[in-house]
Amino acid sequence: MDEQRIDRRSFLQRGGKAAGFAAVAVAGGFLLREESRQPFHRGGDKPLVRDLGIPGIERKLVAVRGEDPSRMTAAALDAFGGIGGFIASGDFVVIKPNVGWDRRPEQAANTNPDVVAEIVRQCIAAGAGHVLVTDVTCNDAKRCFNRSGIAAAARDAGAEVQLAEDARFREVNIGGAMLGRQLVYDAYLEADKFINVPIAKHHSLTKATLGMKNLYGILGGNRSRLHQDIHNSLADLANFLRPTLVIMDAYRILLRNGPQGGSLADVEDRKTLLACTDPVALDAYAGELFFSLTAEDMKWVGLAESRGLGSADLTGMKIEELTV
Amino acid sequence: MAVPEKRFLYLRNVRRISQAFFLLLFLVLLLQTNIDSLDRADTLPRISAPVDFFLEIDPLVAISTVLSTHTLYRNLILAVILIVGTLFLGRFFCGWVCPMGTINHMLAVLKSARMKGRRRLEQNSWKPYQRWKYGILAAMLGSALFGSVQIGLLDPIALLTRSSALVILPGYNTLTQDLYAWSLQPHAGFGDFLLTPVSWVTHALLIRAKAVVFDQTFLILLIFAGILIANRFITRFWCRGLCPLGALLGVMSKTSVLGLEKRATLCTDCNLCALHCQGGDNPKPGDTWHQTECHLCMNCVASCAESGIAFRFFPGQEESTQEVNLTRRAVVASAGAGLLAIPVLRAATHPDRPGDPSLVRPPGSLHEKEFLSRCIRCGECMNVCPNNALHPTLTQAGSEGIWTPMLMPRIGYCEPTCVLCSQVCPTGAIDEITEREKAWVPQAGKEKTEGPPIRIGTAFYDTGRCLPYAMARECIVCEEWCPTTPKSIYFEETEIETRDGEYLYLKRPHVDPELCVGCGACTYACPIKGSPAIYVTAVGETRNPRNRILLKEKNHMPS
Repeated sequence: MDEQRIDRRSFLQRGGKAAGFAAVAVAGGFLLREESRQPFHRGGDKPLVRDLGIPGIERKLVAVRGEDPSRMTAAALDAFGGIGGFIASGDFVVIKPNVGWDRRPEQAANTNPDVVAEIVRQCIAAGAGHVLVTDVTCNDAKRCFNRSGIAAAARDAGAEVQLAEDARFREVNIGGAMLGRQLVYDAYLEADKFINVPIAKHHSLTKATLGMKNLYGILGGNRSRLHQDIHNSLADLANFLRPTLVIMDAYRILLRNGPQGGSLADVEDRKTLLACTDPVALDAYAGELFFSLTAEDMKWVGLAESRGLGSADLTGMKIEELTV
Repeated sequence: MAVPEKRFLYLRNVRRISQAFFLLLFLVLLLQTNIDSLDRADTLPRISAPVDFFLEIDPLVAISTVLSTHTLYRNLILAVILIVGTLFLGRFFCGWVCPMGTINHMLAVLKSARMKGRRRLEQNSWKPYQRWKYGILAAMLGSALFGSVQIGLLDPIALLTRSSALVILPGYNTLTQDLYAWSLQPHAGFGDFLLTPVSWVTHALLIRAKAVVFDQTFLILLIFAGILIANRFITRFWCRGLCPLGALLGVMSKTSVLGLEKRATLCTDCNLCALHCQGGDNPKPGDTWHQTECHLCMNCVASCAESGIAFRFFPGQEESTQEVNLTRRAVVASAGAGLLAIPVLRAATHPDRPGDPSLVRPPGSLHEKEFLSRCIRCGECMNVCPNNALHPTLTQAGSEGIWTPMLMPRIGYCEPTCVLCSQVCPTGAIDEITEREKAWVPQAGKEKTEGPPIRIGTAFYDTGRCLPYAMARECIVCEEWCPTTPKSIYFEETEIETRDGEYLYLKRPHVDPELCVGCGACTYACPIKGSPAIYVTAVGETRNPRNRILLKEKNHMPS
């Protein structure tokens, strides 16, 4: 039988080709092999803490009363020796007002826009590299930022206004008693300085939305679960993100039907603005001043204090009261 | 090809420019169906662009809603422009304006083995299937006569708007959102300086800030894809064989004074005119021209080297022109089938009776019977909704109401101060309302709303799932989100005993049915994943006085 025999050259060529692809397949298989994709098999990462406070800064609370929110804000910052003590040249500053709801300024559900604008102006004057005003709103973001007046005020003052974008949430382990892994808006992970600018208003569950409650708005995802243990959740948030400064708007406060309100009958003029370097002290002070809440009512304050995030003891603290 | 040198602004090129312009305009208007203004604190966002332009010049929308409602809503009067134009000029809309026609045109001219030479010539000559569209038109108008507007299923503008808004744009949005998210990720210490400029590009590509999803749109995609793919087999099969608007314009074009003048003496039988014909109307001298099929694309004139054919006003040889060759019997049968289909469908789901309880219609919607006599399922309301709350129905409104809008509060709730869906609805199925009329939130400077609200439904608790009832835990997120003043959700403080014998005080929520407007914000925010612990049904909706529970409702509009 006259068999057709293959010559040496093509034997090597064809065999080598097959062996080469086989080697790639085997190597690739081992290289890509993984035991498990489950996060619980891979071990946790360390909880992240973003402490943006100024080390060694004086613990002080300033309460300003007046008619003009801009001037009140400026006076409060002056009482701290100007914003220069907080903001360094080139800083990425994130300012977080409460822009939770599609409500007008007079309905007192969102932070007063004049307060936000004044803070932006001062940050820019102090040489901040990038001033960002953002919030993860509840209602449609465009409406919230538009009707609260905050979009226009902050932008005119020179800030970048960012409506929360889906793509910008990152899952991070913020540790704590309740929260663990959460979707956090990326600005808070990258900021050099963070100014929390809440408004004081009523809330059915916590009795009041104050400074720490405003941190709710750094989260995405199913954040409504936080209500199941709101006090520990707020302390967890406060532990994760420690502000450079808290400036609380209480020009108008919402007494009922919070946190959204809607009716002017629920709004009271208090024409007050608070600023404080200690988020725990500020909530304790504001809760008592505006809503007559006790330490028993504001369990989150005690929990935050027990984690060393500040002190609710106001007796030893410097409180400066001004009228402008 | 022996085509002589022509001026740039030769008719065929003018037609191409016109097609590109209108396709672009369609896309721009589609993207403009969205609020993007952040400028004015004192005013509500409104849609300023004429986003319904194509739907409003569409005579099929106008004529079928006139048949079903005996009135012409708002800007549908614009359709007379196209009617008058077609009566004098013929189907110029199909060849020069229609964005659906342009998309089909672009796909049909792609070269392939199947679409060359003799085979192309053969399939570009007039075929009997081109009569189908007249049957479809007759059936649709028959349904409209019975008070049910089914035309939106196949009207090319409604179909294209729906397919783009519910399938194409959301698909594009998902792609660009993922790209943007990828470019924002911290990439293990390297590439930040590279990826920052990349993220500017990916950010510029975004059309929405959030993910947009639409329920049950697979069928919409399948139909749209089928229409596009058909062009690989038969040039503009949709336009020639199926399009009911093409059929309507074809009928109108019978009076057209613009026609094709053929000079048989000059013809060299090269067949180039027929080879490039879009309408399948036999432009070649010697063949019978079908005026009602001609899109006036000007390909025949442009490809004729001998000037053997030309479009002329009041052309000479009218004897060579073919009427729509339909028998009266076929037209009557089609119209009758369309007319009878509606009572047959209504034997299953009748708009007079409240149907699927989850069928919550957008605020301002008319009574279901009138709603179905107007809704063309264009998807504009779903496209404009800032909360992605409106979705096309599949079965919830019966087969008669497929793809009409319904609220799906688990995905998005009805934004209390928003009336955009009522603004963009081209046919008034969602009657245009103002924020003041909607009355979910007090007006500027007011303590109360000025009148009873426009309600779309009522919320109910599923206490087997609700945390304070079923799992002894605090929650009341629903109360936090309830937008009405005062809140429609109130709670009782209840002492409960836990499994471990401890006593707890919990706030257990209740709905006040006289205040609830049915917005679904509670359902949206409810932390109970899976089925929510609070859900909305249409009962209590303003538009239907029969769909009520309470004997006396003090906070209701007179009906």
